[in-house]
Amino acid sequence: MAADYQAADSVGIVEPRTLHFQEPVRLEGGHTLPEFDLVVETYGELNAEADNAVLVCHALSGHHHAAGFHSAEDRKPGWWDACIGPGKPIDTNRFFVVSLNNIGGCHGSTGPASTNPDTGRPYGPDFPVVTVRDWVKTQARLADRLGIEQWAAVIGGSLGGMQALDWAIHYPERLRHAVVIAATPRLTAQNIAFNEVSRKAITSDPAFHDGRYLEHDTSPQRGLMLARMVGHITYLSDVSMGEKFGRELRDHAYHYGFDAEFQVESYLQYQGERFSENFDANTYLLMTRSLDYFDPAREFGNDLSRAMAEARCRFLVLSFSSDWRFAPEHSEKIVNALVDARRDVSYAEIHSNWGHDAFLVPNERYLRLFRAYMNRVAEEPRHAR
Amino acid sequence: MRADLKLIEPWIANGSRVLDLGCGDGTLLDYLQREKGVTGYGLEINPEYIEECVRRGVNVVEQDLDEDRLGNFRDQTFDTVVMTQALQAVRRPDRALTEMLRLGREGIVTFPNFGYWRLRLYQMWSGRMPMSSTLPHTWYNTPNIHLCTVRDFEALCQEHRIRIQSRTVVDNAHRSRWYNRLWPNLLGQIAVYRVTR
Repeated sequence: MAADYQAADSVGIVEPRTLHFQEPVRLEGGHTLPEFDLVVETYGELNAEADNAVLVCHALSGHHHAAGFHSAEDRKPGWWDACIGPGKPIDTNRFFVVSLNNIGGCHGSTGPASTNPDTGRPYGPDFPVVTVRDWVKTQARLADRLGIEQWAAVIGGSLGGMQALDWAIHYPERLRHAVVIAATPRLTAQNIAFNEVSRKAITSDPAFHDGRYLEHDTSPQRGLMLARMVGHITYLSDVSMGEKFGRELRDHAYHYGFDAEFQVESYLQYQGERFSENFDANTYLLMTRSLDYFDPAREFGNDLSRAMAEARCRFLVLSFSSDWRFAPEHSEKIVNALVDARRDVSYAEIHSNWGHDAFLVPNERYLRLFRAYMNRVAEEPRHAR
Repeated sequence: MRADLKLIEPWIANGSRVLDLGCGDGTLLDYLQREKGVTGYGLEINPEYIEECVRRGVNVVEQDLDEDRLGNFRDQTFDTVVMTQALQAVRRPDRALTEMLRLGREGIVTFPNFGYWRLRLYQMWSGRMPMSSTLPHTWYNTPNIHLCTVRDFEALCQEHRIRIQSRTVVDNAHRSRWYNRLWPNLLGQIAVYRVTR
């Protein structure tokens, strides 16, 4: 694929920056972070009225690098480069796009691998479990810092979509639109079960050392690899794996042993290994926990309609037909609650074979609809509704 | 504005909440939103239409009317539920009609009248399933799987104790001529009803 930084629809070479926040933040779980850093990338220009800003929220293993390249030699663009850039659905000619690494992450924002100011050692397992609410709270601080009183839109897929939902409920005046893609209003028992398998894979790795692996100068890479392999299967679909690998063998013969003989096996191992080299195990534990806990209806008597009634923004909700991690029915629950609460919402189920990962994969209908919606966002009268 | 929508428009009050079943490209809701301050949603399954609704800023929800799936909406959520030229295309028109009046106080329904004299003649002379400009499809490849006449529809309403508040029967250009009014089931091509419980 000829994605390069000089392409007309690329944001080009981008540079992350680290913003330091001095004021302590009280977290949902009761802990207080005395201070924190957020790593941020921005694309496009904030206009004089500061009303064209869009916040992009990342998913489980995501980070701030959503679009463009870090250098001319960089081979891979940011994780949502398909959707962010000049003329793309999130058009950087019109919008000022803000993308960050959430706290608890492992790409530069304060997280388990950061130094605990109290001890001078890495936080490790002492880093508090953060929730979607906590992320949104720190994102609001980021908006304050950037001089953005109200987002034109808050956008995210999967766990990112949950952040968009949370923004709409808890900061209703601070966004005009929420784009919620391949998300769910709460995880099912099956979802939580998969997360638990991932966590157990990590914590049962002998190199885990109760989360203090950095102090032992090691990392539970095998566990993290297994966790990612399980996760990866749930992000794809039977059809997409079938199309990509089928029963293809690496060298056309059975060897009657247990090494990776099928292509799908070596693919999963490769993905798992690469992931485990670049991701922090404590962050993985924390992010999956944050998914498990997400349930905005909980504080509204388990009534999602009441939660959604807090919102003032308009919504675009999208799901993908082959997504079985957060199947279309989950998105429909959000839509029904919004209709019930008399909020503005449009919803579409995009046909795709790519499972949960479809939100990251270019698909004609998806991109067209997303673009049509974002054009409305850019053109509508600019006032809080 | 589309002629059939012009017929419907006076029946929808300012500021009311409307659900448009099979909303197409969102023309009606777009108009009602701008001219009458109406709020609501369209349901549609055609991807191009859905995109057009989004482009116009009309709330559209991708949902099939056919799977008895309107159950996701609560009773009496809307003032008016509209269904234009879709009754004959759903699997259970009777259920669609009763659902409309569960969801809303009032229903507005339009459909092609299969009692129209030309259709009757067509079948009588050629012995084949009628086709016309309003019904241009062949019998084996048509979305219109439950065609009915003005009298059929009224019988259905009676059976379900649905009150007909008004009826307009028009020609293909949505004009209401004196002869349409005189002999609706024979001379009307399109029927427009306003119903309630």
